[in-house]
Amino acid sequence: MSNVPNELKYTKSHEWVRIEDDGSVTIGITDHAQDLLGDMVFIELPETDANYTAGEECAVVESVKAASDVYAPITGEVIAVNEELGDAPETVNQDPFGNGWIFKMTPEDAGEIEELMDAEAYRELIASESH
Amino acid sequence: MSQHTPLYEQHLAANAKMVDFAGWDMPIHYGSQLDEHHQVRNDAGMFDVSHMVVLDLTGPDATPFLQRLLANDVARIQTPGKALYSCMLNERGGVIDDLIVYFMETNWYRMVVNAATRDKDLAWIGAQAEGVDVDIRERDDLAMIAVQGPNARDKAHAALGTRIDAARELKPFFAADCGENKGDLFVGRTGYTGEDGYEIMLPAGRAGAAWDALLAAGVKPVGLGARDTLRLEAGMNLYGQDMDEDTSPLEAGLAWTVAFEPAERDFVGRAALQKQQATGPARKLAGLILEGRGVLRAHQKVITEHGDGEITSGSFSPTLEKSIALARLPRAAEQHCEVEIRGKRLPARIVKYPFARNGKPCTR
Repeated sequence: MSNVPNELKYTKSHEWVRIEDDGSVTIGITDHAQDLLGDMVFIELPETDANYTAGEECAVVESVKAASDVYAPITGEVIAVNEELGDAPETVNQDPFGNGWIFKMTPEDAGEIEELMDAEAYRELIASESH
Repeated sequence: MSQHTPLYEQHLAANAKMVDFAGWDMPIHYGSQLDEHHQVRNDAGMFDVSHMVVLDLTGPDATPFLQRLLANDVARIQTPGKALYSCMLNERGGVIDDLIVYFMETNWYRMVVNAATRDKDLAWIGAQAEGVDVDIRERDDLAMIAVQGPNARDKAHAALGTRIDAARELKPFFAADCGENKGDLFVGRTGYTGEDGYEIMLPAGRAGAAWDALLAAGVKPVGLGARDTLRLEAGMNLYGQDMDEDTSPLEAGLAWTVAFEPAERDFVGRAALQKQQATGPARKLAGLILEGRGVLRAHQKVITEHGDGEITSGSFSPTLEKSIALARLPRAAEQHCEVEIRGKRLPARIVKYPFARNGKPCTR
């Protein structure tokens, strides 16, 4: 069973979102996603300072098995990317919700975050996808 | 319903992620495919290959039958335990399957063919055997464990004890018959990884205990994911990707497995291959290395100065820390090419393979 932390928000495309104290958000891919993809070998990070619209492709995670697009969960500007994933892509597998974070954004509209799935809804989504 | 090998419970106990492979529930990895790959290159790992098909061919016509059936010549293996890698061709010279055949004793050979091609192979061999005095017996009573890596042989002996002592003397590509009943405990110094080791055929009922003993001796389970990256680094073909029924061995880097001499030996597909040889095959199998980031994958288009080609097998090489591939290219293509990956054209080097051997990179 995949780990689905209760305090995070989720997207249908298997990104997780953590709201930080300063209003920025941290984004990565879920335990369910990393398990499906397998061992990561390259992470193509978004551009720092780039602006993305919710649902826009902004990063790529490439595993031995397949390359998979990562989508911006909300509209906003990228303020940081996790450079350490360059040398250690496997961190996404080992610690997807912690050190495996991929990028941080400043949201254009905080309301958009509320519309994301909560943990319960995400658990239902992955349960339904397994059939 | 997927089939289970005799080691199914062992896979679950080792936390395997199971997937369907050719109708069998098989372990793709036990946690990390990359770790398992390094384990084989640096130490010892083991694979459950019980899904592969072991066929015993016996009878007075066994030798001439195989000399006709196979592109390589079993006249080369007239010593007990000697092994031969060969393609089995159709009349067009296309590859039906690749396999290893062992000489057991006079009028007894053992072939190991691929799991995915079992039904097709059995139908073909059966048809070719019409009117020939040869018996074909599928040995589905046997399981098979491959133990591979620089420490594999030592650990196998530590785990399995004196019963397999005869295997200590083996030269590469020979097998030792270690059982009370001939053929029941058959240890080949063969493998699909580019490392030293054994492929051990044993009764299905004994496989679990052998696996557990190997675990206790420090051999780690390795799944199909790492099996693919290991064989690709070692430059070994995968049937269904690197060649198929529409590919001749000459275009699959397997010309060395075709015995054209003696000229009097007619084998299925010979005439078609000789035609191809006369003009020279239009394409060849070459190695590719992607110098930058990204992963080469099967079916990606390759662009060269001499025309386009296609990747047949590609993956990330954990030993080289780059992506590598086998590709079918126009014969004259050399040095540089581009590969179309997700809409971009990335530069790659055309190289001879294998890419890694005995734990280390070795491309030129």
